[in-house]
Amino acid sequence: MEVMTRDEIIENVQDVLEEALGVDHDEVTLDATLMGDLEAESIDFLDIVFRLEKKFSTPEKPFKIEQGELFPENLMSDESLVQDGKVTDKGIQMLKERMPHVDFSLFDQDRSIDKISEVFTVKSLVDFVERKLDS
Amino acid sequence: MRWMWIDTIIDCEPEQQLVAIKNVSLAELHLHDHFPAQGDLSAYPVMPASLIIEGMAQAAGILVGSTRNFKEKVILAKIISAELLDDVVPGQTIRYTANLQRIDQTGASTAGVVQLLDHRDGAWRDLGRIDLMFSHLDQNRAGIEFPEENFVFGENFRTILANSGILERLCTTTSE
Repeated sequence: MEVMTRDEIIENVQDVLEEALGVDHDEVTLDATLMGDLEAESIDFLDIVFRLEKKFSTPEKPFKIEQGELFPENLMSDESLVQDGKVTDKGIQMLKERMPHVDFSLFDQDRSIDKISEVFTVKSLVDFVERKLDS
Repeated sequence: MRWMWIDTIIDCEPEQQLVAIKNVSLAELHLHDHFPAQGDLSAYPVMPASLIIEGMAQAAGILVGSTRNFKEKVILAKIISAELLDDVVPGQTIRYTANLQRIDQTGASTAGVVQLLDHRDGAWRDLGRIDLMFSHLDQNRAGIEFPEENFVFGENFRTILANSGILERLCTTTSE
């Protein structure tokens, strides 16, 4: 199979989000946040993961997303990662290591856990898929 | 009234497909309120679409639960899409065919077909499609803990499975 271009990846990610979240094509801009702008709820993330896997899998190369690979898991229940509503040094380090597809630079200035959802943009999904297809 | 919206399971292919039946009867009290006679309009009892979706959720939920030998608490998390093209009236039979699309530690998705049997001519007709997503409650993203007892697959579910004679077939799976 030919290598997918970034534009093709964007197009496919847009399709996935339109189907999973019932949003219009023009709402799914690269800067749109999943939870804020596109109103995704937590269960939608599982739907998005399933659809991305289906969309980008080929018979030669399955596209399998492990639990916690795309979105963080159990962050709140670990005190060494989140304290008093703020992500700790250890937490931010773990997030950056585990999620190289996400830009944490703006989040890093405040680290309020309430704002973690803002880092998950359409662009972060596109970057995730692009990295994974390359690997 | 017990919250069971399938009567029996008539077929299953472990980890792939499950087929369940629901007979709709005027003995079901809610049908008398959905919809009662009003003014010049006579009563029009039809099965609420929300309960048809619940029936599919129970059929598909059993299919999902059976792949983990009913150890996971399987909860309906999202109605991906539901399309029903006609009303279902007392005396008719609904057939739910649930197909497992995807399952992992966190949850599962299913695609379902709903059909309707009109006993007057004995013909099955397609009524619509219901696609669902389920969550494995103990694997929730927030890490919240729930009681150990599996309150999802309680006595009523076990009764249906036992009466369907299908429990052993469903639970002989070995997948993790």
